[in-house]
Amino acid sequence: MQVFKSARRTIGPSNQRREKPGMTDSNSSSLPLDKIATARSGDKGNHANIGVVARSAAAYEFLEKELTAERVADYFSSLGASQIVRYELPKVWAFNFMLHDCLGGGASQSLRIDTQGKLLGTAILQMPLPKPDNIDSLLATV
Amino acid sequence: MTVKIANAAGFLGDNIDAPRRLVESAEVDYLTLEHLAELTLSIMARQRQKDSRSGYARDLLPVVESLTPAFARQQQLHLVTNGGGLNPVVCAEEVAAILRHAELGALKIGVVSGDDLGDRIDQLQQQGCAFENLDTGQPLSELAQPIISANAYLGAAPIVDALAGDARIVITGRVADAALCVGPAVHRYGWAWDDWPRLAAASVAGHVIECGAQATGGYATDWKNANLAEVGYPIAEIAADGSSVITKPAGSGGMVNRRTVTEQLVYEIGDPARYMTPDVVVDFTTVELTDHGSDRVAIQGAHGTAAPDSYKVSLAYADGFTASGQLLVYGPDCIEKAHAAADIVFAKLKQAGIELAATHRELLGTGDGVLGLHETAVGVPEVMLRLSVRDPRREAVSRFAKELAPLITSGPAGLAGYAQGRPQVRPVFAYWPTLVPRDAVDASVQVRAANDWPK
Repeated sequence: MQVFKSARRTIGPSNQRREKPGMTDSNSSSLPLDKIATARSGDKGNHANIGVVARSAAAYEFLEKELTAERVADYFSSLGASQIVRYELPKVWAFNFMLHDCLGGGASQSLRIDTQGKLLGTAILQMPLPKPDNIDSLLATV
Repeated sequence: MTVKIANAAGFLGDNIDAPRRLVESAEVDYLTLEHLAELTLSIMARQRQKDSRSGYARDLLPVVESLTPAFARQQQLHLVTNGGGLNPVVCAEEVAAILRHAELGALKIGVVSGDDLGDRIDQLQQQGCAFENLDTGQPLSELAQPIISANAYLGAAPIVDALAGDARIVITGRVADAALCVGPAVHRYGWAWDDWPRLAAASVAGHVIECGAQATGGYATDWKNANLAEVGYPIAEIAADGSSVITKPAGSGGMVNRRTVTEQLVYEIGDPARYMTPDVVVDFTTVELTDHGSDRVAIQGAHGTAAPDSYKVSLAYADGFTASGQLLVYGPDCIEKAHAAADIVFAKLKQAGIELAATHRELLGTGDGVLGLHETAVGVPEVMLRLSVRDPRREAVSRFAKELAPLITSGPAGLAGYAQGRPQVRPVFAYWPTLVPRDAVDASVQVRAANDWPK
C-alpha cells in the first residue's frame, strides 16, 4: 500500500488547465500505460477508484515500481484529490487506486458530465511511464 | 454439482430483455437482478411521496412478465432481486398479480423488509445512535437539510429465510449487492454464518456478477470484437467449498476471461484486503483466477474474517437543486464562441440579480470529460458547450434554465441544439454514508403464494 497526501487541496476553477507531465505522445522515451495494462474506474460517494490490471506478471512488476501513488497523484493533480492510496493485488496483477474527494461532490451533487469518475480508467491508460529496457517481455501479453 | 447463480441487471435502467434472454439460453438455479445504486432509493423516496404505491423498480414488472414462461417450464428457477426498493411489499403485490394472470398463482413470493430506517432516525438518535458521517465524522444532528431516505444494507440471512420458506421469487429492499448471490449459495449448501472462507468466496462471486455485463465484456478496455450487442450476462457456478467459475450463456456475445473478471474484481472497491459486507469481511488480495478458456474463469482462494457488528447505512438528504443544459457550438472559432455564449448566460443571470452557489462550464470535445487533464484543444470543428448549476433555491436554478434559449437570436452565430427545450430542474440528493448497530435493525421476511397476496 502507498499513500500520497496532497500538500495543498486545490480544486481549480472551471477549465483551468495546468502544465501536465504530458499525455501520451510519440515521445519514444515513454511507454503509455495502455500498452501493458487495462483499467476500469468508478465511484464511492465523492471518492473515485481506478483499478489497473497489468497484462502480464512482468508488467505487474514494472508497474509496482513505476506506477506509484505519487505519479498518479501528479498526473491527476487537476482533480484536487485530498489523498491517493495505491493498493496491490499481486495474485491477479492488479492495483486499486483510491482518489479521495475528487468527484466535485459525487453522483448527484457533481456538476461535471462524468459525475461518477467513469472516464478516469480510460484517462489513466494514456499516462506516460519511463520506457523500460525489457520492453519486449512487458508487451508479451497473457 | 454446483449452484448456478446468474445476474441479469446491474442497475436500475439496465437492459430489460437481458433477464428473459438469459433464462432462455441457460438453465440457472437463481436469477438475480440488482437495481439499487447508492442514490437510487432517494429517487424512489420522491416517487413514494407522490404515490404511496410507487417507490420500487418499475422495470421489474415487465421483466417478471417476460419470465413467466420460464417459471412455468423450469422448476429449478428462482428470482432474487433488490428491486423492491423502498416499497417491497407493494412490489410483491404487483408481481403476484402478474403471476396470477399467467396462471402461476401457486408460486410463492418472499419479501424482505426492515432495511428502511427513514421513519426511525429520530428514535434511533434518541437512543444514542449518532449516525456519524463515515467520511467527515460529523454527527447527523449537525445536518440542517431534510433527510430523504435512510436504508441499512442487510445481509444474506433474510434471503435464506425466504428461500427456506420455498419462495421462488424473493423481493428485497436494500441489501448488500453480494447478498443476492450469497443468500442462494448459503441456502443451497447450509453454510454456517461463521464459515468465513465460504461466505467470502461466495461474496467474491457476487461482487464479480453484481454489475451484470461488466463481468462478461461490457465496459471492458479490450471491447473490440466482443460482440456486445449480443452480450451474455454473467453466471457464477458456485461449488460446495465456495469456489466458483464465472461464465456466460453458450452462444451469447461478450467474453469472459482473466481480464474481464479482474477489471470487475477491482471495480468500486476500497481496501481490497478489507471488502466490507454485512456477512463477512473479504480479503480480495488472496483471490486467484484461472482462465480455463471457452469463457470460463475459476475463482478460488478468498479469505474472510468476521462480519462487522454494524450495518452500513446509505442516507440521502435534500441539498438544493441542479440543472444542466448543452448547446452545440460550430465553426473554426468554436472554443472562443462557446466561452462567449457561457459568459452571456451568466451575465444575464447577474443582470437579473441571481448569483448561483455553484456553476460549471465544460467544452465537450476538447477533453473536458476529465477536468484539467488535457492541453487546450486546437483545430476542433465543433464543441458541445455544457453549462451546469446548483443552488439551494429552486427559482434561481429555474431562472438559469430559461437563459439558454435566448441565445438563439441574441448569441453568436453557429449555435444549435435548442429543440430539446429548457433544461430540467432536478432536486439534488446528497449522500451521507454512516453505520447503525446490528441490533437496532430487524429484518423481517414474509412468504406467501401469489394467490394469497392482497389483490
